[in-house]
Amino acid sequence: MQVQFNEIRTKVNADLEIVSSMKEIGDLKAKYLGKSGEITSLMRCMKDLAPDQRASYGKFVNELKEEVSLIIAKKEEQVKQAETLAKYEREAVDITLPGEEASVGSLHPLNIVKNKILDAFCGMGFEVFEGPEIDSDYYCFQALNIPKDHPARDMQDTLYISDNVLLRPHTSPGQVRTMEKKQPPIKILSPGRVYRADDDASHSPMFHQIEGLVVDKGVSLCDLKGLLDEFVKIMFDSDTKTRFRPSYFPFTEPSVEVDVTCCKCHGKGCSLCKGTGWIEILGAGIVNKNVLEMSGIDSNVYSGLAFGLGIERITMIKYGIPDIRTLFESNVKFLKQFNRR
Amino acid sequence: MKAPLSWLKEYVDIDCSAEELQAKLFSCGFEVEELVHFGANIDKIVTCKIEKIEKHPNADKLSVTQVNAGKYGILQIITAATNIFEGAVVPVALDGSTLFNGEHIYNGELRGLPSFGMFCSGEELGINDDFYKGASVNGILILSDDLPLGEEVKELLNIDDFIFDINVTANRPDCQSILGIAREVAAVLDKPLKMPALDYKVANDISTKDMIKVTNKAFDLCPRYMAHYVSDIQTGESPDWMKKRLFSMGLRSISNIVDITNYVLLEIGQPMHAFDMNELEGNEINIRRADNGEKIVTLDEKEFSLTNDNLVICDAYKPVALAGVMGGLNSGIKEDTKAVVFESARFVRDNIRKTSRMLGQRSDSSARYEKGVDYFSVETGLKRALHLIDELGCGKIACDGYDLMDKPIEQKVIKTTVGKVNAVLGIDVPENEMKNILERLHFDVKMDNGNLTLNVPLYREDMESYPDIAEEIIREYGYDYIKPTLLKTSAITNGGLNDAQSKLESLKNLLIGYNFFETITYSFVPEKDFADFNIETGENGDKIVRIINPLSEDMAVMRRSLVPSMVKAVAFNLNRKNYNGRLFELAKIYTVNPDKSVELPIETAKLCFAMFGENESFFTAKGVVEGILNTYCAGKDVKYVKPEVAYLHPTRSANVFVDGVLIGSFGQLRPDLADKYNVDKPVYICELDYASLVSVFTDKIMFKTISKFPAIERDLAITVDVKVSCAEIFDAINEVGGEFLQTIKLFDVYQGDQVEKGKKSMAFNIVFQSTERTLNVSEIDDTIKLILNNLRNKVNAELR
Repeated sequence: MQVQFNEIRTKVNADLEIVSSMKEIGDLKAKYLGKSGEITSLMRCMKDLAPDQRASYGKFVNELKEEVSLIIAKKEEQVKQAETLAKYEREAVDITLPGEEASVGSLHPLNIVKNKILDAFCGMGFEVFEGPEIDSDYYCFQALNIPKDHPARDMQDTLYISDNVLLRPHTSPGQVRTMEKKQPPIKILSPGRVYRADDDASHSPMFHQIEGLVVDKGVSLCDLKGLLDEFVKIMFDSDTKTRFRPSYFPFTEPSVEVDVTCCKCHGKGCSLCKGTGWIEILGAGIVNKNVLEMSGIDSNVYSGLAFGLGIERITMIKYGIPDIRTLFESNVKFLKQFNRR
Repeated sequence: MKAPLSWLKEYVDIDCSAEELQAKLFSCGFEVEELVHFGANIDKIVTCKIEKIEKHPNADKLSVTQVNAGKYGILQIITAATNIFEGAVVPVALDGSTLFNGEHIYNGELRGLPSFGMFCSGEELGINDDFYKGASVNGILILSDDLPLGEEVKELLNIDDFIFDINVTANRPDCQSILGIAREVAAVLDKPLKMPALDYKVANDISTKDMIKVTNKAFDLCPRYMAHYVSDIQTGESPDWMKKRLFSMGLRSISNIVDITNYVLLEIGQPMHAFDMNELEGNEINIRRADNGEKIVTLDEKEFSLTNDNLVICDAYKPVALAGVMGGLNSGIKEDTKAVVFESARFVRDNIRKTSRMLGQRSDSSARYEKGVDYFSVETGLKRALHLIDELGCGKIACDGYDLMDKPIEQKVIKTTVGKVNAVLGIDVPENEMKNILERLHFDVKMDNGNLTLNVPLYREDMESYPDIAEEIIREYGYDYIKPTLLKTSAITNGGLNDAQSKLESLKNLLIGYNFFETITYSFVPEKDFADFNIETGENGDKIVRIINPLSEDMAVMRRSLVPSMVKAVAFNLNRKNYNGRLFELAKIYTVNPDKSVELPIETAKLCFAMFGENESFFTAKGVVEGILNTYCAGKDVKYVKPEVAYLHPTRSANVFVDGVLIGSFGQLRPDLADKYNVDKPVYICELDYASLVSVFTDKIMFKTISKFPAIERDLAITVDVKVSCAEIFDAINEVGGEFLQTIKLFDVYQGDQVEKGKKSMAFNIVFQSTERTLNVSEIDDTIKLILNNLRNKVNAELR
């Protein structure tokens, strides 16, 4: 009996030596372990044995069956692995071939910068208000404390629709329109298109500004400094500093011109900052009392700060764009340069 | 405003370098746009005496000279100059020297003889006759023969100055003068200001009022007019110091009287005019508005026809000056002028600007008046001019004069508190520091327990209230003291974009995901765009918003559609061989408000996009429209209807309706229009009305149960006439599809050999499902029969 068992063992091992596919493994299983397989047949011989031998015979056959199952399973695992690997080989691709295009567009660089500015201030509690692009003399000038004989109203600078209606030359009317509707606390940004009669490499007749306004109790020049310090760190680098210097705008008093440390040379002096280490980026100040009063806000109780940013200027500095007109040409080769997030 | 350092030093002891002063001025609000070091280049140009002049042996036009160059010894110089003579002292540029313009001079050889330098002209030293007599001569500058030899000419002649070109802000007209700048310099350096002398001797027997009658009939345009008579005028040359000053400011000397008026304009900032008494008929000066059509010929011989808006200075009969702009032809100072009337006035700046613009006539005087002249400098200017007459001894000054004012000058007083000023700044500037700063700025300060009473200097017409004072304090105290705070006393507000603003951004992001690039084009367009694109403009174009002073015809009207700009953007790209692209713009269009009582035009937001390139078609464009609608208008009834849009291809375009609302149109750009704009590839363009689109946005998303029961799918292939639209078939299926019909998908359209001519085959996949039970195959078979029947009836479809 043992001899018979050993023969089977040898045969199984010999058969396993030559199998190389899952189909052959299947055949092998059938040959030995299947319904009419050799080992299964051994079990059937049991009835021919003496009853006292049956138990030990059965045990031996079962052991053999288990042993053979195990070695076949082991081989099966190997063959399966080999087959998988072979399949992978057949499925191989040239990973250096170009991928199929899954392209994405982008916002205009001016709006990328605009959104970044809005994000910076929205995080500090500002809302966004957009007023009309074509506005009245009152909102564009009078309510901003720009008297009738002010040089800023000159025909050379402003584009008019009629004596009393004009293409807004700045986003400052947004200040007035907000204050008329809302009582403090006010924190708003007013972005949008603005227009002036100017057309060269650094001036476009249409450009974009963002006006910022805060009106509340006890607003001071220090608050302006604090807000703008935060802003420039978000907009440029975390080590960017601001510098105030006196200036003049009819709608703010005191008025300041705000410079930032040059984002290219970090204040050492380069061609961008003309060697000064500083770049002028915006005008700002404490809202003129007259402006508050004209919009119905009690200047004895409240004070305000305001600032006005030119989006083109910041965009041109940020991306190193030399000619403002490039921004309005719609050249796809230009627009595609900004789609990296 | 230009200011030479040498001149500023007359009023302030400036003990810092020009660069340091530049930084100081910058810190207190006076940006120096340019600091020019006049004569900076000049180097190694020394005084030499010509000892001997001989003819050059090899050249007719050259001379060989020997010069005594002091410590540099005797040098041989070859020259072509003809105005030199033995004994003349001249400037010589030595070996390795530099001229005014930066050019270097080296030893050389001329026609075989060595030359050890070059004689210089006045121009090569950057100077003219006003700076040094004889410097304008065509030839070599002959210097005074008592100068030491071998010394630097630059130092001997003081050709070394710094010119500050200062940006003076519009609120500080008082600083449009050397004195004004000097006041600021004194304040920022904390030095005393030395005022120019204003005193003069008068001839007690001469009275202005005896000689002339001055009447101001237009105080609204001329709030202050002073006139002073000077007799026994002796016209002649101005002294060297005055000529040099004028030279340093780029002015030519003309004659003493004219120079005095120019000098006072520069120094005090007060325009002056001197009328020749002989030319004032009737011994009268009348300040009045011109009559309509009245004529004047100005000094530069130009004739102007005036209106009632122009102010003129007249004698008894005629205008003799265009007030504040320019004198009349014969009223100026001549060599034989015997007596003059000096005018010093304040004219309203707006009126001067209007007159100057209207007539196209400008002068130094009008430029100054446009910036604003205060009441105070009218008097200072006149006194200074009379002082100079006295100093130069060129006339006898009347003992009285006219001073016609609309109201007496009042001392402006600002009352405030230290606390209020500091509240604006957000810091605590010490009281004594405040007092000191304000006194440096010539305020008269009374400080009592934190209460401030300030007498404002008369020339500071910009000072109104405590914020102005705060600015004066901080610009002198220093902006570095401003420490950042984050609205420490302010209420907390909830910032961010509102819902509508966020939706707009998300729509843009959707388009970006579809490979679109955002563009921005001008809001103004040429009017001819409207005709080219058949854009509706109302009767006689009365809906068009026009710019009355456009920069050019191409930017003359506000646009009524974004499409023309977009087509031009595409053309721009194709011209540059950018053959593929997707562009969008979200911007406004403008129309005159039909309600005539509303002045402001209506601004309407539009979304426009264009797609061009080999992979684009009507259906890629429609895919984008569908993408937008699936995202924002899910579940709404969408219809595509043949449009009447003139700029689109008539059979490849559609109007889009959502729930019956027209939201816009899209399709291929009409080919002949494309040709006109040199667009030689098909372009697909879409313009949607943003507000209409928003009006059909699906407001909220509600969850729908996902069925647990199996779906039954059926594929139907039918043949129909080619004219039958897909929408008609969908409608026919939907009509009888029953409650379990879930989706209909078109998966094939075929036209060709396998189907009858004039027919097409279309294959649809139809899915049925219930959320409550498993459907019976037989009930779906019945529904399919109904569908086929309906298709046969409605669109004459045959099952393939």
